[in-house]
Amino acid sequence: MPKVKVDGEELEVPNGATVLQACELAGKEIPRFCYHERLSIAGNCRMCLVEVKPGPPKPQASCALPAAEGQEIRTDSEMVKKAREGVMEFLLINHPLDCPICDQGGECDLQDQSVAYGRGGSRYHENKRAVTEKYMGPLIKTVMTRCIHCTRCVRFSEEIAGVDEIGALYRGENMQITTYLEHAAKHEMSANVIDLCPVGALTSRPYAYEARPWELKKTLGIDVSDACGANIRIDSRGREVLRVLPRINDDVNEEWISDKARYQVDGLTHRRLDRPWIRRDGKLQPASWSEAFAAVASLNPGKSIAAVAGDMLDCETMFAAKSLLGALGSDLLEGRQTGMDYATDSLAAVSFNSTLAGIETADAILIVGSNVRWEAPLVNVRLRKAVKRGAKVFLIGPEWDTTFGGQFLGEDLSVIGDLPNEVYETIRDAKRPAIIVGGAGLGRGGLEAALALGEKIGLVRELEDGTQWNGFNVLHMAASRMGGLMLGFAKKGGIADLIAAKPKVLLALGADEVDFTKFADSMIVYVGHHGDKGAHAADIILPAAAFTEKAGTYVNTEGRVQFSDKAVFAPGDAREDWSILRALADALGVSVGFDSFAELRAAMIASVPALGIEGLADYGHVLPAGGGSASGPIAYPVKDFYMTNPIARASGVMQRCSAELLHGEEMAEAAE
Amino acid sequence: MLADKDRIFTNVYGYQSWHLKEAQARGAWDGTKDIIAKGRDTIIQEMKDSGLRGRGGAGFPTGMKWSFMPKEPPKDHLGNPKPSFLVINADESEPGSCKDREIIRHDPHLLLEGALVAGFAMGARAAYIYIRGEYIREAEVLFAATQEAYDAGLLGKNAAGSGYDFDVFVHRGAGAYICGEETAMIESLEGKKGQPRLKPPFPAGAGLYGCPTTVNNVESIAVAPTIMRRGASWFASFGRENNKGTKLFQISGHVEKPCVVEEAMSIPFSELIEKHCGGIRGGKDNLLAVIPGGSSVPLVPAAEIWDAPMDFDGLKAVGSGLGTAAVIVMDKSTDIVRAISRLSYFYKHESCGQCTPCREGTGWMWRVMERLREGEAHVEEIDMLQQVTKQVEGHTICALGDAAAWPIQGLIRHFRPELERRIEDRLGNVKVAAE
Repeated sequence: MPKVKVDGEELEVPNGATVLQACELAGKEIPRFCYHERLSIAGNCRMCLVEVKPGPPKPQASCALPAAEGQEIRTDSEMVKKAREGVMEFLLINHPLDCPICDQGGECDLQDQSVAYGRGGSRYHENKRAVTEKYMGPLIKTVMTRCIHCTRCVRFSEEIAGVDEIGALYRGENMQITTYLEHAAKHEMSANVIDLCPVGALTSRPYAYEARPWELKKTLGIDVSDACGANIRIDSRGREVLRVLPRINDDVNEEWISDKARYQVDGLTHRRLDRPWIRRDGKLQPASWSEAFAAVASLNPGKSIAAVAGDMLDCETMFAAKSLLGALGSDLLEGRQTGMDYATDSLAAVSFNSTLAGIETADAILIVGSNVRWEAPLVNVRLRKAVKRGAKVFLIGPEWDTTFGGQFLGEDLSVIGDLPNEVYETIRDAKRPAIIVGGAGLGRGGLEAALALGEKIGLVRELEDGTQWNGFNVLHMAASRMGGLMLGFAKKGGIADLIAAKPKVLLALGADEVDFTKFADSMIVYVGHHGDKGAHAADIILPAAAFTEKAGTYVNTEGRVQFSDKAVFAPGDAREDWSILRALADALGVSVGFDSFAELRAAMIASVPALGIEGLADYGHVLPAGGGSASGPIAYPVKDFYMTNPIARASGVMQRCSAELLHGEEMAEAAE
Repeated sequence: MLADKDRIFTNVYGYQSWHLKEAQARGAWDGTKDIIAKGRDTIIQEMKDSGLRGRGGAGFPTGMKWSFMPKEPPKDHLGNPKPSFLVINADESEPGSCKDREIIRHDPHLLLEGALVAGFAMGARAAYIYIRGEYIREAEVLFAATQEAYDAGLLGKNAAGSGYDFDVFVHRGAGAYICGEETAMIESLEGKKGQPRLKPPFPAGAGLYGCPTTVNNVESIAVAPTIMRRGASWFASFGRENNKGTKLFQISGHVEKPCVVEEAMSIPFSELIEKHCGGIRGGKDNLLAVIPGGSSVPLVPAAEIWDAPMDFDGLKAVGSGLGTAAVIVMDKSTDIVRAISRLSYFYKHESCGQCTPCREGTGWMWRVMERLREGEAHVEEIDMLQQVTKQVEGHTICALGDAAAWPIQGLIRHFRPELERRIEDRLGNVKVAAE
């Protein structure tokens, strides 16, 4: 713990801290452009210069200088002020003064820091540099004249994403940041460079010229595009969500989100269900709410009613549906739409026990049936970090392009029980071994076989430092999955139990992946927000709210309970899901025991207390023994990363990404 | 004047063949085995005693640099010892410098022998010679000489019968001046874009491929075997205190006979010019200014340089530096502003673009210099230019920023009246034209 003096104030800083961190600990603001906590140190912007004694008689880059015992650091001296002014002036001489039409305006590091640290006027009378725009794909808009060459984007794609997509060409003042041959940036996390860019060089293409940041209402939300539960900020103006940005949460998403989480939101204004519909004579026709409720009530289902929860549902909606079915005397609840029937007696056996942050520390990882890059890009980032720390990764399933190497062992589930010797020994002898079972690995006995393997290796163990390690992980893909399992949305036989029960009414709660032909004799009541597969099969459509239009509780794949707020109102006649179910209870003549959202939430917490506490739910560390053998070829369920849910499918941006980035269609630039 | 018997580079003019046989006849590879038998510490001590300062420009004591290499190799994360490397900087791109070229052309075996001696002294597994891309014939010679040395058993397994295994790899650059900076050279050797690294960590701790590395200039390495053969005291008998030894001077520009010549350090400028170059073109009085150490040091006007001793401290005293001892002589026919402006263009062209002050500042300085050349500026802009050079100097990752700033600072310090005259002349012309 070296002791340093910052502007005369003595303090102790942690070992390995840099001078910049020491200054921050002392409460001094150090301006910076290239430095970023989650990227390697480049030291090239020179904005963070401070005076350090002992040392050469010139200012030092504080981001790259280790803090050492006895240093005297000054951030307020004349030398430092001059140095900052000088660097600021250099950065501005070739930066266009187009702030009024720049999308970064209002949230631009260069703007803010030139106010605080720049000179008053300009002394530069030569011509400014102009740089041609670079094509970086459908998500990233470039105005490279504004680039200040901090190389954050280059370091992000190299270090975090693990793809060499972005780099620098030429040298000196001709240096340009570009993608290789101006191909589109294809990585699932590529748009994070927009947040990293301290100036307006890389901005959001779909959001271009949409709004100024000070006009936006900022709402804290949870992403539902996958099961990671990334923390997001929903920026809206009026009734429209304009963009989604990541919030920092080191336990979940650090400060990244996937491109789908970021850009699917334009789908919220397309293909929306904004009024009730009733199928008459084989055709869906507009109806009023009372007509729709009357139509359901006329069937008088009694306990012959079932509910299927969709992938993006909040816990409150599921609990309201459970209460409704309970009042009617039915327990036909299921969330696994595609027919999975793995055992859910132990929630520990189906959650991501090592935690998302914990998987970084694993030293041997076996991935069974998961294309992590497409099913949970944020986990892929963590896996890359683990490998950088020296972890060995083995995968079972068809090959996909990992960004961290790894060894593919075979495409059949039977490999779980028949690992090559050296692989088995590597995992067995690891200090922190982990298994990740993905969606394609859960079924056909995969979960049980993986549990048995985990038992043999001893995935649950006490580490040398006394902490508990549970390396058994299931990586879900649906944001509603863990919440649904906690609320009992699982039948022993999966959705087949519902089919066998032949219910009069099937409540499809945002469920779009169900094979509705199996419910041909049931009245399908679709409660959801998009005119997608579920709505096409429905007999009655009750328009509901999307994730940005209602407050809700979500549980991610590691069992982390998180709350999301309501950003905007649902369009047209659409209502929040819980109120629809509450009204349906009246129509069916039963009581569900709550009249407001607060009462509903209280009832839900009374029923499942863990849902009331933000943070990891405790599923215990006892895993079932598993056993048996699994076999069958693995096929990943996600065929198109950008098209996995009804919002994304309705999103023009996601459609373009899918067409251009995955299917290689040439996209003509409009009017150019 | 340095006696012929005291010359290290006896074939610098190429009167004899560079091949191994002739080089051995001149003394190269003589008793290399015995030198190595003296052991690492003795060699390093001998180098320290010789007072040899690095010949690449910065003048850091060579023996001390070698002693920074770890005695015990550091371990990688698997516990295996990391190898150490010697990187020899033959990326001679400094305008005015041409000494390494002559060494490689005509005495490559001195360099290769030096590589072995130095490599052994620092415990290096191999040496990489990074040769400037434009040196095509020189690279051919070096490749051939290396092959000769391997064929003769002087390199490779049991190099020169010493029991030490040592390899030499010759690597050609692609023509970037910045790759002459030691950490940029390491980046370039690793196959990356040649951009200097942040220090610390210093190469002696984590250099090429993250292994301990020392980067030395060709001349520093090539003189090592001779120092070991003739003794530190012999080498230290030349030059003033703290500026010992002999040195290849490269005199170009307005002298009667431009040449590369080996001379004792601290030789007065006048003697160097009169004895080896046939004097200044047009006589002593025609001398305007001298850039004594390659393009990156400030120029020195005639009056101050004439009696100055040509060594590190002597030139520092006149506000310049020895650099690579590339002496650029300019007589009164020189457009001095244009000359310095051309150097500014060079640094603008060669800036790697990594860090802000150099990337943006070199271009700005060059543009102002171009205007000053024509007098198309205001007098205040001279002061502004001076301030800009101060904003670049000392604020960058590597020394290229300093190198770009110094020539301009030297110009303003010594030739400010000339700059002001041009501005005034132009203003006068403008007035006339406006009438």
